[in-house]
Amino acid sequence: MTQWSGYLGLILQGALVTIELTLMGSVLALIMAFLAGMGRVSRFFILRAIATTYIEFFRGTSIFVQLFWAYFVLPFAGLSLTPLQAGVLALGLNVGAYAAEVVRGAILSVGREQYEACTALNLGRWQGMRHVILPQALLVMLPTFGNNAIELLKATSVVSLISLADLTFQAQVVRSQTGSTLMPFLSVLIIYFALALIISWGVRTLERRMARGLDGVRV
Amino acid sequence: MPAPIIKVDAISKSFGTFKVLDGLSMQVMPGEKLALIGPSGSGKTTILRILMTLEKIDGGHIQVDGEQLYHMERNGQLLPADERHLARMRQKIGMVFQLFNLFPHKCVMDNVTLAPMLTKGVARAAAEKRAMELLDMVGLADKAKAMPAQLSGGQKQRVAIARALALSPKIMLFDEVTSALDPELVEEVLNVMRKLAAETDMTMLLVTHEMGFAHDFADRVLFFDRGRIVEEGKPDEIFRHPKQERTQSFLKKIIAAGHRV
Ligand SMILES: Nc1ncnc2c1ncn2[C@@H]1O[C@H](COP(=O)(O)OP(=O)(O)OP(=O)(O)O)[C@@H](O)[C@H]1O
Ligand SMILES: [Mg+2]
Repeated sequence: MTQWSGYLGLILQGALVTIELTLMGSVLALIMAFLAGMGRVSRFFILRAIATTYIEFFRGTSIFVQLFWAYFVLPFAGLSLTPLQAGVLALGLNVGAYAAEVVRGAILSVGREQYEACTALNLGRWQGMRHVILPQALLVMLPTFGNNAIELLKATSVVSLISLADLTFQAQVVRSQTGSTLMPFLSVLIIYFALALIISWGVRTLERRMARGLDGVRV
Repeated sequence: MPAPIIKVDAISKSFGTFKVLDGLSMQVMPGEKLALIGPSGSGKTTILRILMTLEKIDGGHIQVDGEQLYHMERNGQLLPADERHLARMRQKIGMVFQLFNLFPHKCVMDNVTLAPMLTKGVARAAAEKRAMELLDMVGLADKAKAMPAQLSGGQKQRVAIARALALSPKIMLFDEVTSALDPELVEEVLNVMRKLAAETDMTMLLVTHEMGFAHDFADRVLFFDRGRIVEEGKPDEIFRHPKQERTQSFLKKIIAAGHRV
């Protein structure tokens, strides 16, 4: 039985890599989502075109292919990434493309009267966006961002294909070393699920905190 | 005789093929209180929105405070106004909307201080001091920390008035500011407007269906129909002795609908 604790240690190491990927990927995804989402509603054609191209491209090709490009093809262009960097890049760009549409939709969901109030108060476009539109849109984005983050968490397992020792990778290792299938796969099942729960809980807490006062009941 | 503060010269405005304003001209003197009345769809809101630069015009010219609103004079030529010119012109004008349009995620105080701090670089302390004076003026000094959703319609509208006043515009536009309110809340907003009219020399343009209030409040009344000014004059002339047949029938309908004149 004692040897299990050693194998569990391996799996927990994998979990750390998965968490790291999820966090860093989410940060990149968030940045890309706001850049591309706001680009989509820009009044400049060129920004709209760039944002649309990015979104369509990364939604239209698979995360596997994107990861292989990041890890195997970019070196030919003189850019060699570690497996972790390649993983974060592919995950962040991929999920960012989906989340960008969330940002765009949320911005458009803010009523025209809010934009008009900004104009009547002589706020500049960016001032209105920053202080009036985005704070309201953020509340609309949050629940879907939670889903996006969970999608990203689940997608992290693709990095095992470029030999990054994440949760899924370690489970395979333990399985091949012990011959046991149930123990490693049951552990990773539970860990993925627990991580997803933590994300949901975190996003819900954030949402509650941000919605405070908006409906006039909770203060 | 001082120069008009607003000079609208033969402007036209269409939505698609529908001509809302058709060669409309009007002038407003500094400090004048103007009531715009007329049937639904006659273009009253549209002219206010055009003055607030929320709609573009298709033709004609507008001068505000001696400067072109939608055009810039450059080397003797009139060019279409750019965003910077519009921003400068907007400093002269404030607007209060029918549905308040408060920022729901900001407390009353922040609603009032946001624009002065961002657009005029007023320091927070000074902006809040001024906001408290304005909130006191509209009778809401105790609601500074409240969120808009906690306020009644009448309170929201008074905050919206304070918010617009915080930028000290020369001209204030009011578009049916009481028509979304429960009847018992109308008076508290009208009282604020009476106070404004009495205590400031702001130019005020008011679109309203409250004929009684228009009568007491306005120096001059414009009757709109189908995008044109059909008749204008002192409140007594318009409400007691309308000359035009269309004005007469409009007022008759309004009275039949139970409005007080
Ligand atoms: N954005 C728009 N697109 C299309 N038509 C519009 C638009 N805004 C206004 N209109 C039309 O223009 C006409 C004039 O509208 P406006 O809102 O100025 O009338 P109003 O005099 O304020 O009427 P009310 O008393 O009902 O508020 C109406 O027929 C209206 O349907
Ligand atoms: Mg109207």
